[in-house]
Amino acid sequence: MGNLFWIFISAMVVNNFTLAYFLGLCPFMGVSGRIYTALRMGAANVFVLTVASICAWFLNTFILPYAPYLKLISFILVIASAVQITEMTIKKLSPALFRALGIYLPLITTNCAILFMAWSQANRGYSFAEGLFFAWGAGAGLTVALVLMASIREDLEYVEIPAIARGNAIVFIIAGILSLAFMGFAGLLSS
Amino acid sequence: MPRKTTAAQDFRRGIWRENPVFIQMLGLCPALAVSNTVLNSLAMGLATFFVLFCSSVLVATFKKLIPAEVRISTYILIIATFVTVADMTLEAVVPEIHKALGAFIALIVVNCIILGRQEAFASKNTVPRAMIDAVGTGIGFIIAMLMMGTIREILGYGTFLGFPLFGGNYEPWIIFILPPGGFFTIGFILLGLNWWERRKLERARSGEPPVGVAVGRAA
Repeated sequence: MGNLFWIFISAMVVNNFTLAYFLGLCPFMGVSGRIYTALRMGAANVFVLTVASICAWFLNTFILPYAPYLKLISFILVIASAVQITEMTIKKLSPALFRALGIYLPLITTNCAILFMAWSQANRGYSFAEGLFFAWGAGAGLTVALVLMASIREDLEYVEIPAIARGNAIVFIIAGILSLAFMGFAGLLSS
Repeated sequence: MPRKTTAAQDFRRGIWRENPVFIQMLGLCPALAVSNTVLNSLAMGLATFFVLFCSSVLVATFKKLIPAEVRISTYILIIATFVTVADMTLEAVVPEIHKALGAFIALIVVNCIILGRQEAFASKNTVPRAMIDAVGTGIGFIIAMLMMGTIREILGYGTFLGFPLFGGNYEPWIIFILPPGGFFTIGFILLGLNWWERRKLERARSGEPPVGVAVGRAA
């Protein structure tokens, strides 16, 4: 159990997917304007990460030992199908949620965090449970980074920003400062 | 959709005026994650260039055979195949660089630059034009990677391609090779580009009315 806890904490804060590995930067830049959308995006990511983790574990255990060169191709196919199935399921079960998520749902396919999670889960030889906690930690980390950035950007609207820093420049510099803060967690794992 | 651009415009466009990283804000993950040294940046740039070029040629060749409904999945499969080739080649030829780049080689598959060029250009144009466009965009990406890599290696290690630049008294800014340095470097490059654009606008203001600043718009 302790091992699973540390896999979760490691993926969530110490090696935060967005702020330490630069994964999922497109939604991080694009959807971090409002806390509300940031939370929804985070939740959608957690869901797809969970599905992808389970599928990647099955592929990696039962199929890939016979055809290792198919790893990348099969992972990306599984992720694309998982996103598609998620989309169809949500549309059927809860049309309201489907409308709320909008374009962000299909775009998760090209979110590199999902592929990275599946890839490193396979490379590190995680068991089924370990992979699941890794996926949840990664999802929690993405959500934390998105919500933190969204709350800063909501307040940023009332601040006078120098003309040359408007747009993405200021967001990157804030992301750098956030990333600096998250480096403080680096000592957590060596104990 | 007939295009009005010439081949030379297709080539130049991707290099600077529509630079994939700094202007279009695409492919940010590799541009930030593996740009901590010049050598890593170059390897990443070349690998992406290779995948982009081969995928563009293949997509432009088979554009009539790919059904519109499954075109994105087809592009992804084509890209994934070439990424697998690049991954295995790098592992065999330069194992150290392959290790340093790690999972980010696999992540070329989800690099929006490549998929974006297939969807926006290669699937609508002839093979030679797709090649020219891929070369221009690929060079633009390599330039962006090298800018990031040069700044980060010089400040973070005090070296360029491994050669010391400042002698023994230089205290390296470790922060620039760590994750925050990536964010700060691209942030300051964007600040510089915005400043440059604004200065050009100020100078042109005497004549015609200024157009909006396009640098750093959201992806």
